[in-house]
Parts: sequence; C-alpha cells; structure tokens
Amino acid sequence: MDFGAVIANSIREIKGHPVRSFLTMFGIILGISSLVAMNAVVKGMENGLKEALIEMGGMDKFEIGEEDELPDYQAHLGDQIPGLTMADVYALQASAPLLSQITPAVEMSRWNSRLSVRHEGRFARPYRLYGTWPSYMELEDHHVQHGRMFNDIDEEMANSVCVISTGIRDDLFGSPESTGEEVIPVGRTIFINDMPFEIIGMFQHYETETERKERLERMRLIREGKIKAPSNGSISRQGSFIYRLKNNSIFIPLRTMLIKFMSSKSEEPEPVQRIDTINVRVPDLESLDASIQQARNVLMITHRGIEDFSFRTEEDMAEEVQLTIRNYRVSGAVIAGIALVVGGVGIMNIMLASISERIREIGICKAVGATDAAVFNQILIESIFLSIIGGIIGLAASQAVIALISSLTPTDNTPEVTGASLIFALCSSVMVGILSGIYPGLKASRFSPMEALKYE
Amino acid sequence: MALVELRGVTKIYDLGGEKIHALAGVDLDIESGEFTSIVGPSGSGKSTLMHILGCLDTPTGGAMSIDGIRVEKARPKELARIRNRKIGFVFQFFNLLPRLTVQQNVELPLIYMGYSAARRRERAMEVLGLVEMDNRSRHRPSQLSGGQQQRVAIARALVNEPRIIFADEPTGNLDSNTGEKILQLFHELHAGGRTLVLVTHDPDIAGLTPRRIEIRDGRIADEVDTRLVRGTEQSRFALTRDDRDAVGDSPREA
Ligand SMILES: Nc1ncnc2c1ncn2[C@@H]1O[C@H](COP(=O)(O)OP(=O)(O)OP(=O)(O)O)[C@@H](O)[C@H]1O
Ligand SMILES: [Mg+2]
Repeated sequence: MDFGAVIANSIREIKGHPVRSFLTMFGIILGISSLVAMNAVVKGMENGLKEALIEMGGMDKFEIGEEDELPDYQAHLGDQIPGLTMADVYALQASAPLLSQITPAVEMSRWNSRLSVRHEGRFARPYRLYGTWPSYMELEDHHVQHGRMFNDIDEEMANSVCVISTGIRDDLFGSPESTGEEVIPVGRTIFINDMPFEIIGMFQHYETETERKERLERMRLIREGKIKAPSNGSISRQGSFIYRLKNNSIFIPLRTMLIKFMSSKSEEPEPVQRIDTINVRVPDLESLDASIQQARNVLMITHRGIEDFSFRTEEDMAEEVQLTIRNYRVSGAVIAGIALVVGGVGIMNIMLASISERIREIGICKAVGATDAAVFNQILIESIFLSIIGGIIGLAASQAVIALISSLTPTDNTPEVTGASLIFALCSSVMVGILSGIYPGLKASRFSPMEALKYE
Repeated sequence: MALVELRGVTKIYDLGGEKIHALAGVDLDIESGEFTSIVGPSGSGKSTLMHILGCLDTPTGGAMSIDGIRVEKARPKELARIRNRKIGFVFQFFNLLPRLTVQQNVELPLIYMGYSAARRRERAMEVLGLVEMDNRSRHRPSQLSGGQQQRVAIARALVNEPRIIFADEPTGNLDSNTGEKILQLFHELHAGGRTLVLVTHDPDIAGLTPRRIEIRDGRIADEVDTRLVRGTEQSRFALTRDDRDAVGDSPREA
C-alpha cells in the first residue's frame, strides 16, 4: 500500500489533535532530550579526563601525600604521626633506586591559607602557590614561554623569584583582550602576602585547540573594533579545570616557600621540615607498582612503621573520574529510559484512545478493502511518526537541557553532542514508536468490518 | 455459474444463550447485469443478508461464492481483497470519512489496490464526474447535503470497477426528491451494464427494479422477476417464485 498516503493520514491525525499529540509526545521529548543531553555531558567529561591525563604529563608517576586517617590497628598512634618531611625526601633519594625523580612540594591555596597577591593596587586570585623544585615543571608538563624557570641556584639561595601563569598576569597586568596587547611582566615585582617577588618567567597559556581558535578570533574582532574589549576579563578562568588550575598558579623555589611562608629559620632545609607532597616520577608505567612498593618500604622505616602517608597515581584519579562518569551515564540512561517508557506508554494510550474513536473509520476502510495488515501498518506508522516527531523535538530540546545542566552545575567540561548519540536517540524513538504501536495496531486490525461499522 | 451464489446460507447471532436466526437458510443466485431489490419488514434480515453478500460479515452456515470465489471459508485477507476488487457498497448513513475530502474519500479503495497518487486522482475525478460531484472534490463531507454525500459514497463504490454494487437503503436517509435522484443514478448505472442489489422499504422503489426479492424471518418469502413476464407491466401478473417452482422452469434450479 501507498506509503505516502499512510504518512498523509498520520499527519492528518496529528493535525486533527495538536494539543493531544503534543502531550503524547512529551514523554518522548523528555526522554530523547535527556538521553542526548546526558550523552553530551558524559562525552564532555570523558574529553576532560583525556585532556587532563595529557596535561598532567603522563601516567608514569605518583604522588605521596599525608594521610590523616591511620589504619585501624594504628589508630592509637594518632598523636605520634611524623607527617611528610624533608627527611623522607632524602631517604627516598638515598634508598629507593627505582624512583627516577623525586620532587617535594609545599602548596598554599586560596582555600587553605591566607594568600594575597598584589601589584599596584590590583589583586590576583591564584588557585595555588607552589613551592617546589624546578623538576616539578616536568611532572605537570609546564612550559615557560617568557623568561626562565627558577633553577637550582634560586633554590639554594632561596631567592624571592616566581614564575607565574597567564591568569595571574591577566589579574595583575590585564589580559591581552582588555589591553589589546600581550603584557609580558618578566622583571616586574609583585607582592605575595606583602613580600616582594620578582617575576622571572611566565608559562604559556594552556588551552585546547578549539579554545585557542576562539580566543584568536575574539582577539581579531576586538582589534578590528567589531566587539568591545572586556574591561578586565580573564580568559584564563575558562575551560576545563585542569587548564584553569595550570593557568592560575604561581611557582616559587621550595626553600623560598619554606623560609618566607613556613617560618623555617634555618638556611638548610632541616630534615624535620614538613612538606605537603612528594611527587615521584618512575622510569615507565610497568615499574609503577614496584616503585610504590619501594617507596612504601622506605617510608615505613622513616615513619617508624606508622602508615600516615598514601600514594596517589594518575590511574587512581582517572578511576575516580571514570567512576563519576559511569555514575552519570547510568543515571542518565535510567532517567532517559524511564522517560522513554513513560513516553511509550503515553503514545500507546493515545493510540488506543484514537482507535476506539476511529473504529467506525477503520470499519469503513475495511469495508472498501483495507486488510488487517493495512490497518495495522497505519496505526503502527502513526505511532512511529508521533514518536519520531517527538524525538526530533527532543533533539532540539536537548540543546536547552544541555544549557540548563551547564548552568546548574558549571562543570569543567563543555558537553559535546556526538553524531552517534543523535542517531542512537532517533533509533530509540523509532523503537519506542514501534513497541507502543504494536498492541493498538493489533487491536485495531482485529475488528471485523461489521463490528467496526456498528461500533458506537 | 451465477455471479453470486448462495446455498442454504444462515446467520445465527448468539446472544448469551438466546440464538437469533437472522438468516434461516437463503438460496439465491444473482446474475451479472441484474438489478435486484430486496424488500421485507423491519428485522427480517435484509441488512444481515446484504452484509454477507458484501463480504462484510461471514455466514454461520451454508455456501456462498462471488465471481467464482468461495467466500464462506475465505480468510480475512482474501475477503478484504474481494471487498476491494469485486464489490462496491453503499450504506444508508453514507459512511464517508469526515476528515478526508470528497476526492480522498473516493480514492480510498484505490489506495488499497496500490494505485499511484496520480492514477488515484484521475480515476476518482472520473467517477465523481459520473455522479456529478466533480466540482466538489475538495470539500469535506460535512460541507455537503445528504444527497451529495450519498453521491460521493456511490462514486466510492464505483471507483474500483466492482463486479457488483450493494446498497442498503441508500435513500433511507434522504427526502423523497433527493432519493429519487439517487435511484435514477442507480438505474443509469444498471442501464450501463452494472449489477446492483438494493435494499429498500419503499414498494414504489422496489417496483421499478427488474427483480424483487421479499425476505421474511430470514428466508426468501417471495420473488418477482419481471423479465420472466415480459410484456406485463403490472407486477401482480408476474410469476412468483412458487409459481416458477411449480412449473419447474426456474433458471436457478439448474
Ligand atoms: N449484531 C447483531 N447481534 C444480534 N442480533 C442481530 C445483530 N444484527 C442483527 N441482529 C438481528 O438479526 C435480525 C435481522 O436484522 P437486520 O438488521 O438484518 O434486519 P433488517 O431487515 O435490515 O431490518 P431493518 O429494515 O429495520 O433495517 C434482527 O432480529 C436483529 O435484531
Ligand atoms: Mg437494515
């Protein structure tokens, strides 16, 4: 039978009851849009994870941190915890040959301490101030674009020098977008907690390829005067978290940090000097487990058997994120699934209502030669049609849902709608249409012409 | 073999214990080109018979064939095909689809015959011309008078070039003037060689058809065939079925 005629009939049915049809499609719209939106959010998170793994400079490393919670059997030793000290660093250097690079670090952040950074009345809002050894740059894959990184001499002399990232520059000296030119503040002096520091280097601006293109385009438009320059807009606080972190950091030599901020008085860092983390690079991923074991053995001795330290690998981090992603995906699938089922039930309900309304018409069609199959097809195609239209509206609505999700929970990762998810969503809506059309279709087709014609 | 043959056709409605013998054994032959009217009191089984003839309903017992095809054991799909290709049905209440235009209503049987949209349109306009409704092809049934609606319904019954047209009280819902015009149309169709069966309450209408069958209590009670009494204008001179049986020259006993 003629497909065009069936479609025409379906359109007529929907046009005949626009409100009812829309209400029917609502479940599908909801289901499809949440399906697509969830997919996009999850995809964005995965992208962010991949970016982060690359930006964090590889997996062949681990971080030793302090662990406040002792294992149960050591709980009574809580007042004796030694904490991570420089002694641990020296011990690891001496006794853990598998570790190819050992970098201690002390971190101050806006959140755990008073941290003010100022230059001529302007203030910066760094995510963190890091006191560490130059080797830390490799661990986090930093690149100094202007000036230089501090070196062993700066460390030795505890010089008051710092290397900043572009976000700090934006805050203190203005962003390229607001000033119209790239300010390179190497040689200037800024005040960190009222102590003068000379800027000796600035990192490159960390961003994705798309962000870079967008930024350059924006710059071009500003230069051509097509759009207004932001008064003090910092582009460094955009993008995924890993980029924001790297773009809003200040690095100073470890000893400088210890002396100026940790009230260490001695010239030589004492072995008892507390530090926050020890960052370890291993020769390759295969030796990661063995390296951790080696480090544990050493630290168990220096810590007199008290396990107040923990190891964190990039894998741990990736697993955490992946778990979050999985949770999102599962809950997204459940929400979308429920909405689709509800939508399917809605369509089935409407189709049943519609056929009992149209039984006479069905009888007339049968009287002039419609077979059971033709009636079944008509109902089925109408149902598929309804759910496809719902699906298409849902695809459009998903943009709104994505915007809503992004505004409610400003994640670090821009959601990405993939073609595969669109196709999957459309197929789901077709499936829903088929499943919810079968029963009404069978019911309609089973009426004998006489039964249908006499139906009141 | 006659175009339509019924042998001992019964229809029993089972209403939870109580059985209603709507048809209690009907033997009937309809030849191609005949114009037959069926009369009888209300509840006598005229509509039931028409529905079975039109393959809209299946008999409880007996045998029936249309155009050589056995109907009583046919599957729903075959019945649909017979309704589609061989039969045109005109109802008392027109039974047009309210949301379709006149033209789309007439095209409906052709859709199930697999005609292309262009051929459907052409053919529909052709039969609409025949019933003089081609100028209203874009209207909807609700915008037409009863007589016009019935014309459209007749066009729909004609559109598939059926072997036989059944009409169950086609004028029952029309005033006598309009009804007369519809009947005139039927007579024209008959003159054009078409086979028609018509149910009516009106003895005047029945009096004008060449063949008359009277149904009482689900049985054929009387039959008049004016062709057997050629030259006689008044039906009371016509041979009844019983007379024919008596002289043994009924063509249907062959
Ligand atoms: N679906 C049905 N269920 C039960 N009984 C039925 C059904 N259809 C018809 N009947 C019965 O069958 C008998 C014949 O009905 P039918 O409709 O054929 O009569 P009719 O001759 O067409 O009458 P009318 O002139 O009033 O239209 C009646 O007694 C009627 O009650
Ligand atoms: Mg009747």
